[in-house]
Amino acid sequence: MSAPTSANEAFIYDVLRTPRGKGKPGGSLYEVKPVELVSGLLKEIAERNPSYDPGRVDDVVLGCVTPVGDQGADIAKISSMVAGLPESVAGVQLNRFCGSGLESVNQAAARIRSGMEDMIIAGGVESMSRVPMGTDGGAMAMDPQTALDTNFVPQGIGADLIATIDGVSREDVDRFAVRSQERAARAWDEGRFAKSIVPVKDRNGLMILDHDEYIRRGTTVESLSSLKPAFAMIGEHGGFDSVALEVYPNVDSIDHVHHAGNSSGIVDGAAVVLIGSEQVGKDMGLTPRARIVSMAVVGSEPTIMLTGPAPASRKALAKAGLTAEDMDIVEINEAFASVALRLQSELNIPDEKLNPNGGAIAMGHPLGATGAIILGTLVDELERTGGRYGLATLCIGGGMGIATIVERI
Amino acid sequence: MINFEKDNDGFVTLTIDDPNAGANTMNQAFSESFAATLDRLESEKDSINGVIVASGKKTFFAGGDLKSLISVGPDDAQRLFEQVEGIKSLLRRLEKYDRPTVAAINGAALGGGLELALACHHRIAVDDNKTEIGFPEVTLGLLPGAGGVTRSVRKLGIAAALVDWLLQGQRYKPAKAKEKGLIEDLVATREELLPAAHAWLVANKENESARVAPWDVKGYKIPGGTPSTPAFAANLPAFPANLRKQLKGADIPAPKAIMAAAVEGAQVDFDTASRIESRYFTELATGPTSTNMIQAFFFDLQSLTGEALRPSGFDKRKVAKVGILGAGMMGAGIAYECARAGMEVVLKDVTQANAEKGKAHSEKILNKAVGRGRMTEEKRDGILALITPTESAADLAGIDVLIEAVFEDADLKAKVFAEALEFISDDCLLCSNTSTLPITGLARNVPRPSDFIGLHFFSPVDKMKLVEIIKGEQTSEETVARAIDIVQQIRKIPIVVNDSRGFYTSRVFGTLISEGVAMVGEGCDPVTIERSATQGGFPAPPLAMLDEVSLTLTQHIRAEAEKAAQAAGIELPSEVGAEVIGRMVNEFGRKGRAAGAGFYDYPTDGSPKTLWPGIREHFTTGTQYPIADMEDRYRFIMALETAKCIQEGVLTDTASANIGGIFGIGFPPATGGPAQYMTNYAGGLSGFVSRAQELAAKYGDRFEPNAWLVERAASGKGLIGD
Repeated sequence: MSAPTSANEAFIYDVLRTPRGKGKPGGSLYEVKPVELVSGLLKEIAERNPSYDPGRVDDVVLGCVTPVGDQGADIAKISSMVAGLPESVAGVQLNRFCGSGLESVNQAAARIRSGMEDMIIAGGVESMSRVPMGTDGGAMAMDPQTALDTNFVPQGIGADLIATIDGVSREDVDRFAVRSQERAARAWDEGRFAKSIVPVKDRNGLMILDHDEYIRRGTTVESLSSLKPAFAMIGEHGGFDSVALEVYPNVDSIDHVHHAGNSSGIVDGAAVVLIGSEQVGKDMGLTPRARIVSMAVVGSEPTIMLTGPAPASRKALAKAGLTAEDMDIVEINEAFASVALRLQSELNIPDEKLNPNGGAIAMGHPLGATGAIILGTLVDELERTGGRYGLATLCIGGGMGIATIVERI
Repeated sequence: MINFEKDNDGFVTLTIDDPNAGANTMNQAFSESFAATLDRLESEKDSINGVIVASGKKTFFAGGDLKSLISVGPDDAQRLFEQVEGIKSLLRRLEKYDRPTVAAINGAALGGGLELALACHHRIAVDDNKTEIGFPEVTLGLLPGAGGVTRSVRKLGIAAALVDWLLQGQRYKPAKAKEKGLIEDLVATREELLPAAHAWLVANKENESARVAPWDVKGYKIPGGTPSTPAFAANLPAFPANLRKQLKGADIPAPKAIMAAAVEGAQVDFDTASRIESRYFTELATGPTSTNMIQAFFFDLQSLTGEALRPSGFDKRKVAKVGILGAGMMGAGIAYECARAGMEVVLKDVTQANAEKGKAHSEKILNKAVGRGRMTEEKRDGILALITPTESAADLAGIDVLIEAVFEDADLKAKVFAEALEFISDDCLLCSNTSTLPITGLARNVPRPSDFIGLHFFSPVDKMKLVEIIKGEQTSEETVARAIDIVQQIRKIPIVVNDSRGFYTSRVFGTLISEGVAMVGEGCDPVTIERSATQGGFPAPPLAMLDEVSLTLTQHIRAEAEKAAQAAGIELPSEVGAEVIGRMVNEFGRKGRAAGAGFYDYPTDGSPKTLWPGIREHFTTGTQYPIADMEDRYRFIMALETAKCIQEGVLTDTASANIGGIFGIGFPPATGGPAQYMTNYAGGLSGFVSRAQELAAKYGDRFEPNAWLVERAASGKGLIGD
């Protein structure tokens, strides 16, 4: 099947990302300020596309989930200035939790398709080492009345609940984790990310990081088996299991299967996607790499929180007039192994099409950037394999899901 | 290089003593020796109870190896970064050594020396007034890259470290250094130092907190907070803005990098902060500004305050008694400086009252010092007692040196010399303080022209460190040597030049002033004219400086030059800006600051001067040039004139060119001075020549580099030598 086209298409002209550094003091990117992570990429767009005119950029839209401290005060505009983009380029930071990076792509695409704007740089950034997750507070977890009224439990509890409900065992999630590690290692070994990776260098041009340093080669189901479940303790002593079971009265108890080895890694990183109209590409002599076909965002049950990808994907597929079988590649953010497995079973995705180059379990999930990163990985992989359609999707805090469908050109 | 001595109580004394140099520096040999020493400390740890880090030199430790740092460029970044990280890892090992360590600071601990001391757990210094402690790196275009930023910030807090130590490169006496928080203890004499260090180790042998840096203790908070502390964050935005205000908009990289490294480092763990510091250090060290500043402020200054320019074969002579003719602003200032250096001074003017007034100048300065607690009354009285004001030339009897400092008039100068010569010995050195009149001509008026020399002091004499020594055609080598001796005796910096009208400094200064006035004539906005100079790195803008000098003096100097040219049958090239100055003086009656009105208005109520609105009314036509061009016009016109001075033999060394330019006439310090500016310009001297040609095409032939300079650039010979 073919998706309908629009009078104003939104094309992807380039996708770039930094390598992902371990998101803690001692991680390679800890010393790099988030504005520098982004500005390095913004400068690189011009390096790689000599005919690109940054003066044509209307806006820079960046996802960032913890926009305080180093990431506060509209990091999109500030990093644009740091990168030396013309002052006419605006910037806005947005936050749709883990979906932020893809949300920025979708908003940019919608604005291009509306015909109101010509070219937007979308993307995201998160330095989880410098601005730890949760430092921005928020009523969801920090206001008891809100938490009581909305049945809040941490995501890990939701992930374990998904596994429990789906009958996914500890071995299943560990096997998925090993597969992520193996595929990520293979992708690096074969240079599959080479097109998108922009090494992070210091002010002297000296190398700081040129690879995803979170990957653990040689991970096996056996080696993972020694890891203790990460959320059993807070589930029990933090009372969260009880809250979840209030909402899911038919579940006996929660089987805590997730741990650091089968959940997404805490890392630092950034990504940008150059999105524009057909005309702006012609004006600048840029060749589009992909077309953004459709996109969707949904709300879902907030306590289990992480079941949004499938409904979001279905919604985007319906808009595009396509089915899951039309997708040559599906990239889902591996927030937790059970989330990816849930999507795979709901959409019946063949194993080889799902995250063929690994995912966030192996390489990490820099919250605000991941959506743009997996979209880039998707475009690169469609080009490498000659596939046509691809889907990128993420689960989102608060009970949401987001999805984007692209067509390689 | 590092002597390791362990006593019976398990206390180790490390004595650093570079066998190949007069001072200890962080060179390769030190690194290797330091690494081996740390290995030994670690392997013998069980039998060690504490460590003293001491020096075998007169100074404690001099810091970085400037000879190697001056030559590194961007291509050396990786190697330099690794090298500095390597040294830091050694200092970190010392800091993390699980025994109390104490730095025994016997003499100067500057830069790397202080960094070494800060890597110890405790610091004791000899309270000697000659010892200097500080981080002078910023004055060389660098930052303290061996942990100086990181440790001072952690010890004192961001604001105190920046303001008291890092941004200005202050050098403190030990007592002040203790007050400012980087030294813990003082002892009165060198003899007491090692015993005090030993006693501290004994007292702290069992003290857990004495063997660890405070910032390595869990929960340590940087004093004053970090950007994540609201109280600190409230003031943080003003830090960079105030820095720019202090720099007057000049693009000087080192203080900016220091501030960035300090604030960024405070937000991360020690080792990351240290690496961030290394990256900024590498950027500064491999950039052009540090090369320029190390050349000028270390090597050139060292050669001028040393023997480099002094003709050899003449014994150094100490001046006991000096005579000064003219007790005006310059004479009075010179008298003060000579008395401060312990010379007996005879200050002669035409009337006793004038001479007394000249002495009162010294009294005023000294009273201020006493009032601020910087000097005792006894010391003041002692200095004042050295100055004898007089109207009688007979009182000059017995002086070793005569310095004439009367009004800039050749005839008047001849007259006062003739009067003085009756009473002074044949061995007395004859000096004229003139800023423009050729020395050879003045020398004709005395019977001993070989003993006659120009000593061009700058105003205000007590603040300006430079003295331009001008050799006349007949000035002897011995006279030059004696002139250098006296300048060094009063602790000023001598440069030596050959005779010409305006010598070196005044001549080049004149081109700067003229360029500012020229732009008034071209219709540029006066504020932009002034601001482009300060943004270009000049300490003061040209129109303001012209007001200080006075417009009429400028006319007078020009008239003298024309008179002399006419007598010699030469036609002077027309002077840019002369017409503007003429109108300012003749049409608008604005002669300069002394007259109460020049390019600026000088409100009588003491409020700051403001540009005279009449400039815009009468001259400004809306002409706009790129600011970068305006900045370049100032620097280039001065540099080109400097090149001519070299070509004509007025200047015979680049150190005099650079230091004279910076200390005498405000050439931007970050350039390293006019000669360094030309040779280290992007693309070297050829790059300078091309840019000058561009400026010539846009702004006039005076920017056209002459054939000599073009040839020097093309041949790659540089400015001086073959």
